[in-house]
Amino acid sequence: MTEAFISIDELNVRFSRAGQTIHAVNGVSFALAPGEVLGVLGESGSGKSVTLRAMLRILPSHRSTVTGAIRIADRNVLALRGAELEDYRGGTVSMIFQEPMLAFDPVFTIGQQIAESVRRHLRVDDRAARARALEMLERVQIPSAKRRLDAYPHEMSGGMRQRAMIALALACKPKLLLADEPTTALDATVQIQILLLLRELQRESGMSVIFVTHDVGVAIEVADRLAVMYAGRIVETGSVREVIRSASHPYTQGLLSSTVRGELRGQRIEAIPGSPPDLAALPPGCAFAPRCKHAGDACLREAPVAVEIGGGHAARCILLKT
Amino acid sequence: MTLLAVNGLRKHFPLKKGLLGRGGGTVHAVDDISFDLTEGETLGVVGESGCGKSTTARLLVRLIEPDEGQIKLEGRAVGTAMPLAEARSKMQMVFQDSFASLNPRLTVEDSIAFGPVVHGLPRPRARERARGLLARVGLEPARFANRYPHELSGGQRQRVNIARALALQPRIVILDEAVSALDKSIEAQVLNLLLDLKAEFKLTYIFISHDLNVVRYMSDRVMVMYLGKIAEIGPSESVFAGTHHPYTRALFAAMPSMDPDRRTQQPPLIGDPPNPINPPPGCRFKGRCAHAEDICGRGDIALTTAGAAHRVACLIAQPGSGHSSAPARAA
Repeated sequence: MTEAFISIDELNVRFSRAGQTIHAVNGVSFALAPGEVLGVLGESGSGKSVTLRAMLRILPSHRSTVTGAIRIADRNVLALRGAELEDYRGGTVSMIFQEPMLAFDPVFTIGQQIAESVRRHLRVDDRAARARALEMLERVQIPSAKRRLDAYPHEMSGGMRQRAMIALALACKPKLLLADEPTTALDATVQIQILLLLRELQRESGMSVIFVTHDVGVAIEVADRLAVMYAGRIVETGSVREVIRSASHPYTQGLLSSTVRGELRGQRIEAIPGSPPDLAALPPGCAFAPRCKHAGDACLREAPVAVEIGGGHAARCILLKT
Repeated sequence: MTLLAVNGLRKHFPLKKGLLGRGGGTVHAVDDISFDLTEGETLGVVGESGCGKSTTARLLVRLIEPDEGQIKLEGRAVGTAMPLAEARSKMQMVFQDSFASLNPRLTVEDSIAFGPVVHGLPRPRARERARGLLARVGLEPARFANRYPHELSGGQRQRVNIARALALQPRIVILDEAVSALDKSIEAQVLNLLLDLKAEFKLTYIFISHDLNVVRYMSDRVMVMYLGKIAEIGPSESVFAGTHHPYTRALFAAMPSMDPDRRTQQPPLIGDPPNPINPPPGCRFKGRCAHAEDICGRGDIALTTAGAAHRVACLIAQPGSGHSSAPARAA
């Protein structure tokens, strides 16, 4: 990697709720080059969405504590205030969500909402903003785009809304797109269309993408590199090929073996026993140890550090230490 | 032995007229569906949103009334020869939303015992059965029996729902996206549990899911639905060979490849699935089908045999149908 366009260093996110402290993200560090697509793979509660929200600075400030460093395009993201922060959100970095109905305001048309964002960030007049909105709707392959500019979000199907949200997110040419399970709620034949569209738009614009998903298959379709998260930590990272073909962390191995493949009919699935830990009471050692068949006493003592396996592939497991 | 026979099942939902008298169409949710279920098998049902797979499930247990059609369970017509209460005790259902399907004010033990008590089992014996089932689905009764649904994780709640479905000792369990909301590692546990329970209690499953990998893993036979109709039904291997119906083929091609060196390059279909309001005559897939011809729009397409126990609703599979790709009629 030549230049780290994005670098996250020791990111921690804590939520306080009813006298408890939820340790949602625990020491996440990674770097991303311009034009790189990072897939973040994890189950519910692994901290993948919270990491994205911390990067966009949209976590509720009165209930959450974010520490560590986030640098994107030479800016210290956690120190941004006021107009700077507004320029950053939607200008430098944009986000797409699982549920586009919640990303759009129901009382304005799709065209109005895209044009508003274009006016704010690109400082152009109404006519140019609307032209840009139309251009974007056409770019995301919405049929009869001109008519759709005046449609309200509820008048569109799920797949169309998802395309419109992508148009909104990319209208101001962000350098980084944060994608939080954008295809999870879609039908299979629509999901693959959206994934291919995102891949195409990424190649064309050269933006970086962080794509969060729980679905191994989806991650393989879009990502160059993978980061596997468990209990708020990145437990394994590397190129998609490396992580899928030679998974080194027992959790990644378990996740891959418990992903059902049709051809395994008649055989038992090798499921990971137990369930994820309580983020309000994380064990001191490796968070996966209670479910891990290789775990020993040493695993329970302290959280394992990342062990380099070679070629940018690393995993946090004590067993890999030689 | 045929345990369940479904014949000509139909359900249309009329739409309310809009403010200006617009709308007023009819949703053809399930349109003339017939199939058999053999004792001991798992029938997988796949299809995208709006294809009618969940409506079919709800029609089978009569959570909604069919407009037309007959359901025979153990050879007796449900609703006439077999009273509804009896049919429901033999056909139980597990839903996708594990939280919404449990009463938040009942402990899990009471939830599981509720059905048997309603059906006349004395309360102490119903409780005993509930505890036995809790143990069987992997939830230690001493720890879990007195908990409320909000005190359990999603996977644990779905285990409770499975235990409750089994409490009436049914012969058929309909699993409507029962593992879809679970994390992968938990999904695998629950699928293993379902396979164990099926063997132990000699159950027959109808397994509804949008996840083709999971359906293929679980099912002996598969039924593919599109806009309220059966597109294809047959043995799992033969349907998953994906050679018969163009929609089935597209559905399989849309599955992520799972191989970083063989990523998908072309989407198999363009656009969204159409909604099932006032569908056009003829084949419902013709608008998105690469092989559609004029003849596909003329009249209903019947299911025709395409191999042992395999039926397909496509003119290409029908010898002498008039479609240019169809084989000539056998002499």
